[in-house]
Amino acid sequence: MLYRVAGQFKTTYAGDQAIFPIAQDRWLVSLALAAAFAGVPLVANEYWLQAILIPFLIYSLAAIGLNILTGYAGQLSLGTGAFMAVGAYSAFKITTAAPQLNIIFVFILSGIVTAGVGLVFGLPSLRIKGFYLAVATLAAQFFLTWLFNKMPWFVNYASSGTITAPPRTILGVMVTGPGATAQVRYLVALALVVALAVAAKNLVRGRVGRSWMAIRDRDIAAEIIGIRPLRTKMLAFGISSFYCGIAGAELIFLYLGSAETLAFDISLSFLVLFMVIIGGLGSILGSFLGAAFIVMMPILLTNVPRLIGLPLRVDLQKHIELMVFGGLIIFFLIVEPHGLARLWQITKQKLRLWPFPY
Amino acid sequence: MTFWQVFVAPFVDMATNPRFFVEVVLGGIFAGVMYSLVALGFVLIFKASGVFNFAQGAMVLFAALTLVGFMERKVPGLIAFALTVAVMAVLAFAIERIVLRPLVNQEHIVLFMATIGLSYFLDGFGEMLWGSDVKRLDLGIPDSSFLVSGVLVNKLELSAAVSAGALVGVLAILFQRTRIGRALRAVADDHQAALSLGISLRSIWVIVWTVAGLVAIVAGIMWGTKSGVQFSLSLIALKALPVLILGGFTSVPGAIVGGLIIGVGEKVAEVYWGPLVGGAIENWFAYALALPFVLFRPQGLFGEKIIERV
Repeated sequence: MLYRVAGQFKTTYAGDQAIFPIAQDRWLVSLALAAAFAGVPLVANEYWLQAILIPFLIYSLAAIGLNILTGYAGQLSLGTGAFMAVGAYSAFKITTAAPQLNIIFVFILSGIVTAGVGLVFGLPSLRIKGFYLAVATLAAQFFLTWLFNKMPWFVNYASSGTITAPPRTILGVMVTGPGATAQVRYLVALALVVALAVAAKNLVRGRVGRSWMAIRDRDIAAEIIGIRPLRTKMLAFGISSFYCGIAGAELIFLYLGSAETLAFDISLSFLVLFMVIIGGLGSILGSFLGAAFIVMMPILLTNVPRLIGLPLRVDLQKHIELMVFGGLIIFFLIVEPHGLARLWQITKQKLRLWPFPY
Repeated sequence: MTFWQVFVAPFVDMATNPRFFVEVVLGGIFAGVMYSLVALGFVLIFKASGVFNFAQGAMVLFAALTLVGFMERKVPGLIAFALTVAVMAVLAFAIERIVLRPLVNQEHIVLFMATIGLSYFLDGFGEMLWGSDVKRLDLGIPDSSFLVSGVLVNKLELSAAVSAGALVGVLAILFQRTRIGRALRAVADDHQAALSLGISLRSIWVIVWTVAGLVAIVAGIMWGTKSGVQFSLSLIALKALPVLILGGFTSVPGAIVGGLIIGVGEKVAEVYWGPLVGGAIENWFAYALALPFVLFRPQGLFGEKIIERV
């Protein structure tokens, strides 16, 4: 009933190939976007924006990046944290070297730099796959964070060893640095995520995305039907790193304000991998759902026991969080390998008939 | 950073002070024994079930925490050890039942990700049960050194190396001489053939995870006496990965040789070349050592050749 598609005819090729072919989906997405752009900045307070919404948007972007590589192209990467670090440090270097450059361009440039680094560390994927590749990306993770930690050039010889987002403005409005309000940072992150998510969605449903999925499903067979593994895999590594790089730059410039390499260690790589698995491998929507889930989980674990009158100690809460993450990973891999995105699809199927199933 | 500093000076240092060099190598061998022990747990499970067990490091931490937890509650050492073995056996049974059985016949990479989840779960579970503060594990072996022809040898490291050697010996006998060992090797060679001969895959998996748990206990005891039982124990799994690449995923001798090479290489590189680039290269040097193998000989030094078919 709610999702009834009867009577919705497609009369043009464009209509047939729309991202959201069903009118209800279009309404839902436009409503959500309107609410996100216009409603949330008016309603949400500082805590909601800073603790939940901004990290959610940034992690979503990183999860889309990893999902392109792992979910669509099938190349497991444990180096997401390092690629995000490349984005953050290159954005810092670029914007301190050229302060008048628009910060959005800085983000995009840092994404391009990260794509280059990703290509270098993706090269082994031509010879190896599976967990051999995972080990190669782990090498990237440890080597890059060590490099940023040890070479003072990357932090402009700051004695603290941290990088700090300098104040930058777009059209006279403060976007980064300590003077930027949470509302503005939220809107910038949102605009970037929406633009990049639309780009990713179009990429994965087109020719490029199909060749990625062919490589993922059976690489040798894909090669035989004429997909070039070199180009396809390198493209996946490059574009995935581009997304992760922008996410890393946003992490510093829009969320944390300042950080050292510790913010980009291996646990960040695992966190993003968990988002992708829980949200759904091979789904752009899943990247958002997974990021929302992982961001909300610690907050729920803090607040729900307090609400029902059973406050947990901080360390116990941390342990339960680890257990819940681990348990959920196993649960989703066993029960629903396509993650939350698949659950949403099933719900939609049900809603087509509900409440009159016959 | 000149040519001289990189390619000549370190070797001159080694030659002019050979005793110090031997001490560095000995320290490396000790670390290598630890890596070998963790890698051994990986290899056992990989051979028998094709699962790449990322949770081996978490199992080391869990085993050490359990042992210390029992000992803190005034359980005598040997009984505490026996209880820990029992706990690891129960854990192996639970893992087979809850994680592995539903995921049978899935791709390797799915099982790998499941063990990442398992390792998170075990980290949280162990610390929730036994507390997360750093604990001391005291076996009564003094952490002191004595001189052998001018070279300092640490008693603790020596006894650790000896007991690791003994463990490898016991495992070798288990594999070569017993009925269970024959079954294990049969499963490792060919799952289907082993099944058709009436070997129960499930019980073999439980056994293999229990043995890996046993190896984890030994590794946990040694590492715990050296540096205290703490969260960082579970991170040695990350060090064992390059060891496996070097030695091959399916080879027990490979795990041992690979561990020693990585341990010694890492220490020597840190001491002689580390200062040139700012130190702390231990974190990634093992990976740098393993990468050429990944690219040119993925099966490792001793592994079986990987053949791929469409």
